[in-house]
Amino acid sequence: MNNIPTNTQMDRKNSPGCPSIIKLTNISFSYPGSENRVLDCLNLNIRAGDQIGMIAPNGSGKTTLLHTIMGLCKPDKGSIEVLGSPMETQKDFTRIRSEVGLLFQDSDDQLFCPRVLDDVAFGPLNIGFSQQQAIEISLNILEKLGIKELEKSVTHRLSGGQKRLVALASVLSMSPKILLLDEPTTGLDKTVKQKLIHILNHLNITYLVISHEFDFLKAVTNKIYSMDKGRVLTDEYNL
Amino acid sequence: MLENVIIGGNSPIHSLNPKIRILFSFFLSIAATLCDNLIVALGYLLISLSLIGFTRLPIKVLLRRLKPLFWCLLTIWVFVPLTFKGNIIFQYGLFSASYQGILLSCKITFKSLALLLMFISLIATMPIASLGAGLHQLKVPDKLVFLLLMTYRYIAVIQGEYMRLLRAAKFRGFKPGTNLHSYKIYAFLSGMLFVRASFRAKRVYQAMCCRGFKQKFHTLDIYPPSKLNYVFSFLMILVILGLVIIEQIWI
Repeated sequence: MNNIPTNTQMDRKNSPGCPSIIKLTNISFSYPGSENRVLDCLNLNIRAGDQIGMIAPNGSGKTTLLHTIMGLCKPDKGSIEVLGSPMETQKDFTRIRSEVGLLFQDSDDQLFCPRVLDDVAFGPLNIGFSQQQAIEISLNILEKLGIKELEKSVTHRLSGGQKRLVALASVLSMSPKILLLDEPTTGLDKTVKQKLIHILNHLNITYLVISHEFDFLKAVTNKIYSMDKGRVLTDEYNL
Repeated sequence: MLENVIIGGNSPIHSLNPKIRILFSFFLSIAATLCDNLIVALGYLLISLSLIGFTRLPIKVLLRRLKPLFWCLLTIWVFVPLTFKGNIIFQYGLFSASYQGILLSCKITFKSLALLLMFISLIATMPIASLGAGLHQLKVPDKLVFLLLMTYRYIAVIQGEYMRLLRAAKFRGFKPGTNLHSYKIYAFLSGMLFVRASFRAKRVYQAMCCRGFKQKFHTLDIYPPSKLNYVFSFLMILVILGLVIIEQIWI
């Protein structure tokens, strides 16, 4: 893993003065029927320009954290602010879903249309683009990610790496302001990993990446956080 | 691969609007199923053959698709003429074939071939997304259309999961047999499959919501309006009505 490019990391600026994109305050969450708090008074502030890596043991609540940000898990207490507005009801979350893109751990969960182009265009069509516009947006994204040749492929016959890239394209086609990536490198070979690093380094977008691979996080992020006992551990004091 | 050959054609049938194709395959199949006359059944078979002719599908592909039907028809041809009571026209030892049995077998053959060819030419030639869009336009409830699309998409995933579970059991020395232990293991496997499928369904729904899904399904397929749709509809109405009237009045 020594040849992973890390040079772009040096150019990245820390962003203490930038506006907050996602702000979680005192979030607690436990799954129904369980006493164990997966998230316990958790605080997290993601600012514009942040490219955060999150590395923590299994079961420490990383995926739950992402799902809470998306409104898929309802916290027991605490407040969530996305792009400056408080998220209180499901309606609030529905409104911001085109602004926050979540890449799921398993690409098969995310790709449900019969063909690749249908899947990538699913988001743009849902947020009101016309058929023609949705096709144009999708083709652009596929080209940007270097997988334009997959446009007409049948989704369930793609390889694991191709599926991951198509899933990323399907999230990016909604032009989100922030990306949440849940273990994007799981099951990928070195070549696809390199491709993913290249793509993320050229995206110019705020993101939070969960991964168990330190080298990968080092190559694509400018901050690395961890989680323990339901809280986010950072090296910053001004959360 | 087989699917790509059938869907990816460039024939007049392929360019017809999915809505029209679904509608007429529905009416044609009902008319063909209900017909009781051998000559009329042959008429439906001829219609299906001409539709297949228009799709310009390779014969090899067609025969491969029809193979299961041929096996089924073979068993019918072996058993029905021998067991159906009527005028005996052929006898060999204990076996005797009846005239009525042969007629019935012919009718079953014509009708089943007609139905299958009709569905291959009209329905199997469109991508599943177009089929979904066509059903949607015909006001079929959204939930049913979703069920169809999701089944198509996830049947391979569920099969993969089942095979994975079964392999895991086999690698630990499980040998299926006719005993309680095997039945119990199969019950565990299918139970686990349901649990996993339901979890996956939840995750897929969450993924859809994250991408702005609002209970409405859009499609990218564009079928420009063309005269061909009207000509096809007119001909189909004429042929179906014609055959139904002929059977009801003259035969």
